[in-house]
Order: sequence, then structure tokens, then C-alpha cells
Amino acid sequence: MYYRPPLDDIRFVLRAFDYEGTVSSMPGFEDFDLDTAMDLLEGYSRFCVDVLQPLNAKGDAEGVRFVPETHEVFLPDGFKEAWAGYCENGFTSLPFDPEYGGLGAPFTLSTLASEILIATNKSLSMCAGLTTGLLDALEAHASEPLKQRFMEKLVSGEWAGTMCLTEPHCGTDLGLLTTRAEPYGDHYKLTGTKTWITFGEHDLTDNIVHLVLARLPGAPSGTRGISTFVVPKYLEDGTRNPVFCGGTDHKMGIHASPTCVMNFEGAEGWLVGEENRGMVSMFTMMNAARLNVGIEGVALAEAAYQAALEFARDRRQGRSLDPAKQDPDHPADIILVHPDVRRMLLEIKATNEALRGLVGWMSMHYDIMHRHPDEATRAKAGDLVALLTPIIKSYGSERGFYNISQAMQVMGGAGYTRDWPVEQYMRDERIAMIYEGTNHVQALDLVGRKLPMGGGRLMRGFAAEITEVIRRNADSELLAPFIAALKTESKRLNETTMAMSAEAMKDHELIGAVASNYLNQFALVTLAYVWVRELEAVVDLPEDDRLRRGKLQTARYFFDLVLPEAAMYAEKVAAGKAAMTEFDAELF
Amino acid sequence: MKIGVLLKQVPASDARIKIADPSTGIDTADIKWEINPYDEYALEAALQLKDAKQASSVVVLTVGGADADQRIRDALARGADAAVRLDDPAFEGSDCLGIARILAAAAKAEGVELLLAGKQAIDGDNAQVPGMVAELLGWGNISVVDKLEFADGTVKAWRASGGGARDVVEASLPLVITCDKGLNEPRYASLKGIMMAKRKKIAVKGAADLGLDPSTVGAAAALVVEDNWSLPPERPAGRILEGDDATRVKELVRLLRDEAKVI
Repeated sequence: MYYRPPLDDIRFVLRAFDYEGTVSSMPGFEDFDLDTAMDLLEGYSRFCVDVLQPLNAKGDAEGVRFVPETHEVFLPDGFKEAWAGYCENGFTSLPFDPEYGGLGAPFTLSTLASEILIATNKSLSMCAGLTTGLLDALEAHASEPLKQRFMEKLVSGEWAGTMCLTEPHCGTDLGLLTTRAEPYGDHYKLTGTKTWITFGEHDLTDNIVHLVLARLPGAPSGTRGISTFVVPKYLEDGTRNPVFCGGTDHKMGIHASPTCVMNFEGAEGWLVGEENRGMVSMFTMMNAARLNVGIEGVALAEAAYQAALEFARDRRQGRSLDPAKQDPDHPADIILVHPDVRRMLLEIKATNEALRGLVGWMSMHYDIMHRHPDEATRAKAGDLVALLTPIIKSYGSERGFYNISQAMQVMGGAGYTRDWPVEQYMRDERIAMIYEGTNHVQALDLVGRKLPMGGGRLMRGFAAEITEVIRRNADSELLAPFIAALKTESKRLNETTMAMSAEAMKDHELIGAVASNYLNQFALVTLAYVWVRELEAVVDLPEDDRLRRGKLQTARYFFDLVLPEAAMYAEKVAAGKAAMTEFDAELF
Repeated sequence: MKIGVLLKQVPASDARIKIADPSTGIDTADIKWEINPYDEYALEAALQLKDAKQASSVVVLTVGGADADQRIRDALARGADAAVRLDDPAFEGSDCLGIARILAAAAKAEGVELLLAGKQAIDGDNAQVPGMVAELLGWGNISVVDKLEFADGTVKAWRASGGGARDVVEASLPLVITCDKGLNEPRYASLKGIMMAKRKKIAVKGAADLGLDPSTVGAAAALVVEDNWSLPPERPAGRILEGDDATRVKELVRLLRDEAKVI
């Protein structure tokens, strides 16, 4: 039993979405051509599979250990050494500025790498992910002296980072937060309690650097009065800063990722960015973090799929209902002959490959939006990222969880036991639908913020991409059925959007009722678009080429059996809010 | 001192092997390749000697086509300084002796004083090439080494010699040493190493470059003919003995004596 990183499909995604034409051709990325990119990912994969994967089940079984007397948190044996090896090989440094010791690689590569990291050890990936989020915020908003003080050690992984947003009484609604920051010389002292702090305390690194949202004295109420501070566990002279872990949560999954209550007891902190503009720094790291949460679904569904496929090729139960497919050498056939087993495996494959393509395509747009010399091109890429990030986060996590469940179903009782890794994947994945903004918050972001932005500019930009791919392939006989379906569903999405937007102008509550279903409809059309882009990249290959056959046959399943769900979601959106809002509360 | 590392690519140890045609060998279409695991110990030993400033440089020597470049680049990324891929139509179909002749000629051309290799390659499991290379070069050979010390041109090597006994061998250069599991923990290529490997060239050399008579290598010169490829028989299912300990031990002893005939 093993997981093999899907490097062939990753290479394909880079090729299909023209990585060399759009990303490694930009100034500063010349060294990272496709072959080099794959060499880096291959080297990365080898370490993850050899070193991190064997710790995954151990981390799940043992969990973290909190020592209340000293406020210390310990990860299971082996994690500290694994993290040290991860850093020694430079893996934490991949996308960062060489000025701070980074490798300076495109964001695209670190995004694709994170699929492999998550699939081999999701708990440990949280440490890398949070540190990356902190670095993104510091890079974009911190003053030069703060960057000099913190970035190099975070890039090298000697220090780790956290994001301290949530408080006991405010999660989704950050405007309620009460942690205060009092001026103290040229900096501040922070007091308050933060909850759900991933890797808030641990024994992997010498220092832990917290990015903390707090209020300055006299700050306006709500989100307009929030500022961001950087608070290290140890100060420059080695003194312990009074920020202590008050306990760890006992969770359904990601057991080796400590989720901490953090008490700031007058801890010294330094302002990042401008006063009362903390939400800006937060959103800087939010888009990348949300993309990463979507990838969690892709990563664990892939790992679950591989386990289920291996099982289905080996397990013999029942006879094929088609006598021609019966194996006369055995009393029963492998379960892979059964259409329903194929249905479940294809449910995963057909959506997961498209999601990987979407993630790859979007991460290329991250690079374009940050690095392209032309301002209009940067803006256009930024629009697509803003529009599609909530789709990736929400649909990626929801579909990922469903897909892992399908893999478990393929394996029957075996999949439900700890003899196989799928039950752990399922528990580890479930949180992705909740954190970094619940999936409903993503839907509200899509409908309430992204659609109206710039008078519908974002949606028009994406519609233009769809129109262009349809036009480009209008003459392709091979792609005709796929193009026709994409045309129908994008038209339907357009109608749903128009009708919903018109209604929502009159009735804001409607958005809350229909947004989640609308997001799913949107996601399915997006995946159909991704499939057409992937098919474009294989049509010219020889007819018996394995990749070409694989992509065409997988896409066929998607268009025949997954995409029809888009019409169902459209109907649900059309049903409006009444069935929810008119339901008498006392009847619950 | 310049060290040569003999490196071979082999099908990944977890690859599903299929026979393409009984007369030619395995189907390589869907095979993932990796560096022969024992060669990784050899490479690591060479890199450690270089890290300790006991070696000036490390050159990788591989017989194979361009499809082996990826494995060679991995070795360069881990820290090898240079690589020579030995590729020539005349080399096609070489047996172990032919391969050894090519590698011996390359080692001579590169001016190495110490050759490190895996104790065997996990594909053919012949364990012949390094010994033959030593013989062709007239060098000493210490095989299946799991501990190595190196000082002032003298090598001290430890090896298991069977039945729990261990040999300690001292020898002076030039030498061929084959490496076993336990010698070290092979390192991973760092990202910076991978980027640096891009700038290192893989030299490709043929018979003429090595001054090698083509008629001494390749299929025509091969003394070993491979034919009738087949997969080993499927391993029968294991048996779990039932009952209490006394019954099971008794039954186990009986089976080992009467069926397995090992006691």
C-alpha cells in the first residue's frame, strides 16, 4: 500500500495550461522551465513519500501532547526530525524572494507541491501552510526592518508562523474581536485570547511567530478597527514573550496538527501595515490559504483513490454480469469489473483531475497577477483569481470529502478500518469545509462580493474565457459533444446568475438561501471548462496514446454523469428561499 | 582523490513487472525508474568523503540511454560534480562482462582512484559488474561493505561474511568497493541542489571516446544469452496455525521438518 504522487498529471496540467508560455517566460522565472519544475517536484515528492508519509498514521494515532504546567506542546516522535529534514532540503523556501534565502520559484510550483505534501502528511502540511501565509502577509505589508528581522528565519523554516484571528466569541464574524494592543515605546503590548490557532505552540522550531489581529485604543468598532501585529514567542534578546498555549483541542482529524488556545498576556508585538487596516493584510494571505484548502480535497481524494483502485484490482467478489468479462481461472472476479465500482472510481477521477487542472490554472494566474509586466494583464488575472478562489476552496473541499467517501465505499468494510488509510483521509479532510471561511462564507463571497464587483466585470471576464475556448474548438469533431455541453451549461449559468441577481437586489436574504447551491452550479461549469482545456491539449496526440485515451474517457464520464448536476443546482437556486425562511422555527 | 560512482537505473522496487516478449525481456512502457538502491549508498559514501575533504570530486558513471539522464541528474543534484553517460550503438546487448569493460575504460579515462558501486543491482541481481571492473583494472575489490573508514590513502572496510561473522579488510588505493545497506543514510536532493544540477553537464561518451575496441562489447561479444523470460511463480498464500501455543509450536516444528525440510 502506497501513495504515488501524480507527477504525470501535474506535468500534463502545466503543459495543458501553457506554463512555459505564461509563467516561466516572465522575468525572474526563466530558470524554472517545465523540465526544471518537474525535477523540483520529483525531488520534493521523494522526500515527502519516504519521510513524511510513514509518519502520517503514527501522527494520527498518537496526536499531540500538551503539558499544562509549562504550556508546551509536543508532536509525536519523528516529526521534529522530519521537519528539520524538510527545511534542510530547502522545501519551505520554494516560492520566496532569494533576498531572504528563498528559491524564487513560481507560486504555481509551490501550489502543486503542496498537493503532495498534504497527501503524505496533512498535519505537518499545516505548519508549512501557516508559515507561508504569514510570510505572504509580511512580504506584502511589513516594514523593511520587520522583514529583515523575521523573514529569513521563516523562509528557512528555522522559525514557524501562525495566524491568530479567531476569538472564543468571534469566528466567522471578525468584527466582534476584542484583543487589545496598547502602545509600548515604539511598539505594542497585546492582551487577549485567540482560539483555533493552528501550530500555535509546538516543538518543531526554535521560535514561533504569530500574526495577530487586535484593536488599538480608540479604534472604530467592527472590521474597520482591526490592526495586524507580529508577535514572536521569543524576543530578540531571547526573553520569553508572554504568549502562552492554554490548551489544545481534541479534533476529529489532523491529530498531529496542534490546534491551540493562545493567551496573550501583555505580549510585545509590532504593527504590520497601517493602523486599522488589518483586514487588508488578512485578505492577502486569505486567497492563497483558501486555494490551499481546496487543494487539500484534491490531495486526499487522490490518495484515497489510489488506495481504492489498488483494492479494486485485487479484491475478488461476485461475478461480472457480462459473461465475457468473467475470469475462468478464479471463482470470483475482481471488483473492478462491476460497473458501480467503476462509477465510484470515476466520480473521483473525473472531478479530481479537473480540480487539479483548475488549481494549476489558477495558481498560474497568481503568478501572472503578481509578476506580469503589463498592468492590464495583471488586473485580468487578479479578477479570475478573485472569482474562482471561493469555488476552489468550497467545491474542492466538499467534493474532496465526497470523493474520499466514494473511495471508502469501493473498499467496503476494509475502507472503514484503520488497516487502510482512507478513514484517516476522510477525518483529516472534513475540516477543509469549515476552516478558512466556511463553505457558505465562500458562497456569500462569490455571490455577494465577487459577482457585483466592478459591475459584473469578473464574471464577464470568465465568460469571455469560456466563449473563447468554445470558438477555438468550434470545428473539432472530436470535441463537439463536450463543446455543446459546455455551451448549454454556461448559458444556463448565465441565466441563473441574471435571475438570481435581479431577485437579490430586491431581497438580500435570498442570497443566503441560494448561494451555496449557486456556487456548486458555478463550480461544475468551471470544471467543464477545465476539461475542454485539457482535452484541447490531447487531441493532437496519436489515437492510441495512453494520456489521450485516459483524458477523453475520463472527460466522457464527467460530461455524461457529473455535469448534469449543474441543472439540478440551477433548479435548487430557482426554488428560492421560501422553503427555508417560511419554515416555522418551532417545528425544527 | 577523484571518486567514480557506478550508477544504474532500475525499475522501481514497487513496479508491477510484466514480460513483453519471452525472448526480449520485460515491458518497460509503464515502468517508473529509480537509482538502484544499493548505488545510492555508494553515492552517499562518495559524497561524505567529499564533504570530509577526503575526496576532490565525485563523477557518476552510467551505461545507458538518454532515459537514464533523470537518475543521473538526481545524483548531480545530491552533490556529484560530474557525470559521464556511456552510450553507443556498439554497447547494445552487452552482458555483465561487456558492461564491466565499458565502465573500466571510463574509470581509466576519468582518472579515478576509487570506484564505489552498489553490491548488486536489484533488477538482474547479478552482482558481477563491480568485481569484473576491478579485475579488468587490476585493482583490489572489497564487496558488500557496510562500514567504511578512510585515512591517508588507506581504506578500512567492514563486511558481513556470513553466520554473524564480520571481516575487517584494510587495503590501499586504487580500489573498487561495493556497498550494502547500513553503510549510511542516503541524502535527498535539496531544491538548491536540483537547481545547481541544471548547470552541470552530463558528458556522453562512446567506444571511440574511450579507446575501446567495439568488438569486445555489445551483443556479439556477450558470453551470456538471455532467453525464455518468465515471471517467478506466484507465492502461495501463507498459513496461520490454529490452537494454543503448545499445539502450534508442535505443528510448526513438524511442518518445518516434514514439509519445508529445513530442520
